This record gives sequence, structure tokens and C-alpha cells, in this order.
Amino acid sequence: MRRLVSDTLVIAERNLVRLPRSPDLLLAFTVQPVMFVLLFVYVFGGAINTPGYDYVDFLIPGIIVQNIAFGGFVTALGLSEDLNKGLIDRFRSLPMARPAVLAGRTAADVVTNTLSVLVLLVTGLIIGFSFHASVGEVLLGFLLLLLFGYAFSWIFALLGLMVSSPEAANSLGFIAVFPLTFISSAFVPVDSMPSALQWFADVNPFTIVVDAMRSLWLGAPAGNSVWGGFVWSALIIAVFAPLAVSRYRRAAGRA
Amino acid sequence: MPSRAEETVLERTEPRSVAAGEAAISARGLVKSFGDVRAVDGVDLEVRAGTVLGLLGPNGAGKTTTVRMLTTLLKPDAGEMRVAGLDAVKDAAKLRERIGLAGQYAAVDENLTGAENLTMVGRLYGMSRAQAKQRAAELLARFSLTEAAKRPARGYSGGMRRRLDLAAALVARPPVLFLDEPTTGLDPRSRLSLWETIEGLVADGTTVLLTTQYLDEADRLADKIAVIDHGRVIAEGTSDELKDRVGGERLEVTLDDPEQAETAVDALAPLTDERPVVEAGVVKLTVRERRGAIVDAVERLKAAGVGVDDLGLRRPTLDDVFLTLTGHAAEDGADEETGESR
Repeated sequence: MRRLVSDTLVIAERNLVRLPRSPDLLLAFTVQPVMFVLLFVYVFGGAINTPGYDYVDFLIPGIIVQNIAFGGFVTALGLSEDLNKGLIDRFRSLPMARPAVLAGRTAADVVTNTLSVLVLLVTGLIIGFSFHASVGEVLLGFLLLLLFGYAFSWIFALLGLMVSSPEAANSLGFIAVFPLTFISSAFVPVDSMPSALQWFADVNPFTIVVDAMRSLWLGAPAGNSVWGGFVWSALIIAVFAPLAVSRYRRAAGRA
Repeated sequence: MPSRAEETVLERTEPRSVAAGEAAISARGLVKSFGDVRAVDGVDLEVRAGTVLGLLGPNGAGKTTTVRMLTTLLKPDAGEMRVAGLDAVKDAAKLRERIGLAGQYAAVDENLTGAENLTMVGRLYGMSRAQAKQRAAELLARFSLTEAAKRPARGYSGGMRRRLDLAAALVARPPVLFLDEPTTGLDPRSRLSLWETIEGLVADGTTVLLTTQYLDEADRLADKIAVIDHGRVIAEGTSDELKDRVGGERLEVTLDDPEQAETAVDALAPLTDERPVVEAGVVKLTVRERRGAIVDAVERLKAAGVGVDDLGLRRPTLDDVFLTLTGHAAEDGADEETGESR
């Protein structure tokens, strides 16, 4: 267990140290989401009717949830690259704790996710977003965001170990996650969608987490969303972490 | 390259878990299939401690799969393996502390510096940060990477990457080292320098199993060579033994006076089973016994009064060996499999 923790920290450190050296990834974390916020607020914002809220208040929790779900992309790309370059073979030939490579990766995502949440939040505050909540609720919202992002990192970890190249991880991940985030309450009110999509949006964990964030940060009615968001996150981790670790054990370099 | 004295200082105190002369690596009946393809089809290997075994074969012959099984990366479908005194399947976790693996594709993190790469590996072996840094510095010096230590590895040349990869494999001073095509794709100078490094490690007592598709590499580094093709070891022995299996050596005599060819052929006939042939003033024959062949030939020619301009034994190369054993040339096989040129 001590080895698991120390090996995980070594791998997490490795992934954080290399981050500033990949400027393209840093751009993806910072500039791109800010661009989306500005586009949505100023291009679509006027056309989307969000009863009870300014669009910027409505959007910020939604777009932060979308963004944090994509935070795990780095894990998929990184693992796929490590596999192709033979680094996974090296790690697997070392006497290190087996889950550490994945645990370290996903832990590093929590740090980068925190960074990108802060960037988005600051952008939001500058263009008019405001909290209607207690400090405790704001912090609980942060916790839910990071946990949900962490859960998605494990999904992406499995994806990264299964696909044949970082490019494939990129397009598959995008195809799988992008529609999920859009068919939810993240960008538009669900009741504006056709009924089949409404049905899907209502059970979509994204809707649940976005609703939870609106409840925690804006004081919207919570319903079951807050505890639902935590349960969904925990479920995703419980399913995907063991799957990813078992895949890692059998992972073969494609060299 | 640092001096040998320096290497000795670094390596002298290293524990050896296998006594000299014992088998440091042994495999019996290894089998591994991927779907319908039997990549490894009953491989037996034995490497005595402190020696180098060259696993020679074209791409797709099963070399890498064999190494992956011996290094615990892959479980065999059948067979037994003992490495450094441990069962490679049952004691896999413990074995990983005793082996080093340097791969065909230099497995270094390009976004980390040379020093960070080695420090990371050291810490994953359970060293403290300070120990790992110290060991990284030693290895960087030994592999002439000190100057590049603080640069990200993405800017390294192919040769530097291989050295860094090999250094990473040596972090824990493993008594048994696996090198999977250590010089594939390297330029001749880097190749030579890597060969010298490997020879240095062996001189210090490390057991090495190296795979290669280069015959000259096996010839130079390996104490014993196992020729592998289609997942099976088809021949094993020293380089000389393998060459002997292909047939004796060729004696070639260039005459002063081509007119004397018939006399020379008669004089040399007792050395060979077939009648010597004459091509453009050169008498050629396959000698029955390599030892003493030159002296014998010179004496016979002198007695017959034949003037000799040049005389030499041409040994069969490992290329000849491979061609004879497998029916195809080593390098041809490689090109067929990968479809790429080197």
C-alpha cells in the first residue's frame, strides 16, 4: 500500500512536470474553454431562453461540467502514447505497484482539472457570472466537479489503453463524450428539446451533475441531483477503475 | 565512453544473485499464440551466468515475444522459465527487481529530461529521491549524457536515446539484462559505442540476452547464438559451431602463374572431398578440416613447385548460416515482415 501511494505520486509528478513542456496541451486546458464560454455567451446567449437565469449564470456550471469531463482526455492521449512508445512496457517491467501508472495519471488530471475550473470560473466572473450560494455550497460544488472529472479520467484511461493510437483515442473520446454533454441540461433547458432527447437528457449523468452544480452554486432546486451526482461519480469509478487496471495488466506495447 | 576503471568502481559492489556458471536464464518448451498465430512454438533456451546469448532471427520470428515472456510482460501459454533464480511466472513481482529491459523502441519519456527519466525509474524501484538522483547522475556520467542531462529527451539523437534507455534498464544494477534489438536503426558509430558499452557490462559479470537481426552483432557480442525462425530455435551454438555446421571453410589460392593451375589442383586435392575448382587463376576448395589447412596447403604447393601470389581461408559468415538453416536470408526475411527499409 505504501508502494502504491509513493509510485502513484511519482507517476503523477511525471505527468505534471511534462505538462508545461507540451504547450499545445496547455492551450487546450486554458484558451479553448475560455473561447467556448465567450462564443456561447455572446453568440448563442441572446437566442437561448433560460427562464429565471441570465444565460451566463445558466451556462457557466454547464460548460464547466462539460470541460471537466473532457479533462480526462489527457489521460487517454497520454496512455495511448506511452503504450506506443514502449513506456508502458518499461513500467510493467519495474517492481512497481500495478495500478500506480493509472492512478498517477488520473491523479494528475485532478490537478489540471482544478486549473481549468479556475480559469473558466474567473472568465465567468469577469463576464458577469455570480454565485448565489454559501461558501460551503460553493466548495461542495468544487468537490463534485473534481470527483466527476476524476471518474471520467478512468473512462478515458480505459479508452487510452484500448485504442491503437492517440489519434484514435482523440476521435473516439470526442464521439463518445461530446453528444453526451450536449444532450443534457448543460447548454439549453432540457424542456426545449424533442421528447425523445428529453428522455435521454433526464437520465444523462451530465444533466444530473449540471443540475447539481446549478443547485449548489445558483440556489436552483436540487431535487435528487446533488447526491445523484456524487453517486454517479462513485459508480463510474467503481466500474471503470477496475476495468482499466485489468486492461493495463494485460496491456501489450504495440511496438 | 568513460574509462573501464570508472565502470568497475560503479559496479564492483553489486550483488549477484546467480553464481557464475549456473544458468541465469533457462526456458523449456515456451509457447505463446496470438489468435491462430503461434508466435513462439516451443522455445528452449539456456544462458549461463555472465555470458551473452544472442537470439538471432528475422522480424516476426518470435524473438520479442520470447523476451516479453522472460521479462514478465507476457504470460506463456505453456512452458517453464527461470530467470535469475526465480520462476518468471510465479515469482514475477520479485523477478522484476532483478532484471533490466531495454527495448527495441527506446522507452524514454520525451518530455522529461534525461536526469528526470532516470530519477523516475529509480524511484519506481523504491529508491528515495536522493538515492535515485545520485544513481541517475552516475549513469548519466557513465553513458556520456551528463551534458544533455537537463534537456528534454525529445531533443536527443537516436544514439543518445538508446543510451538513456539502456541506462534506465541499469538503474537497479540488474544481474540479468534483456536487450531487444538494442541497435536497430542506429548509425554505425552509435552502434559501435553501444556494443562497447554492452561488452563492458558483460565484463562486469552481467548476464545478457540480446535479440538481433544483425548477424555481425550476434557474431561480435554473443558467446552463444540461438537462431530462431517461425517461433522455434532451429540451431544453437557458438558462432564458430554454427559456421562449422554450414560446412567447412573456403580456401582460395591466387597463383603467380595461371598455367600452373592443374598442378595446383592436383597438389591440393587431398585437402578436400570435392575436386578444387579454378576460376580466373584462383583455385578454390572447401577444406575438410580448418585447423592446419593453410600450412598444409602451403607445404603441398611448395613441394609441387607452384608459385603463390595470395592464399587465404574465407570463413562462412553468419549470413551463410542463416541462409542454409532457414532457406532465406536474415535481412530478406526482415524486410518481408516489416515492409520497410532501414
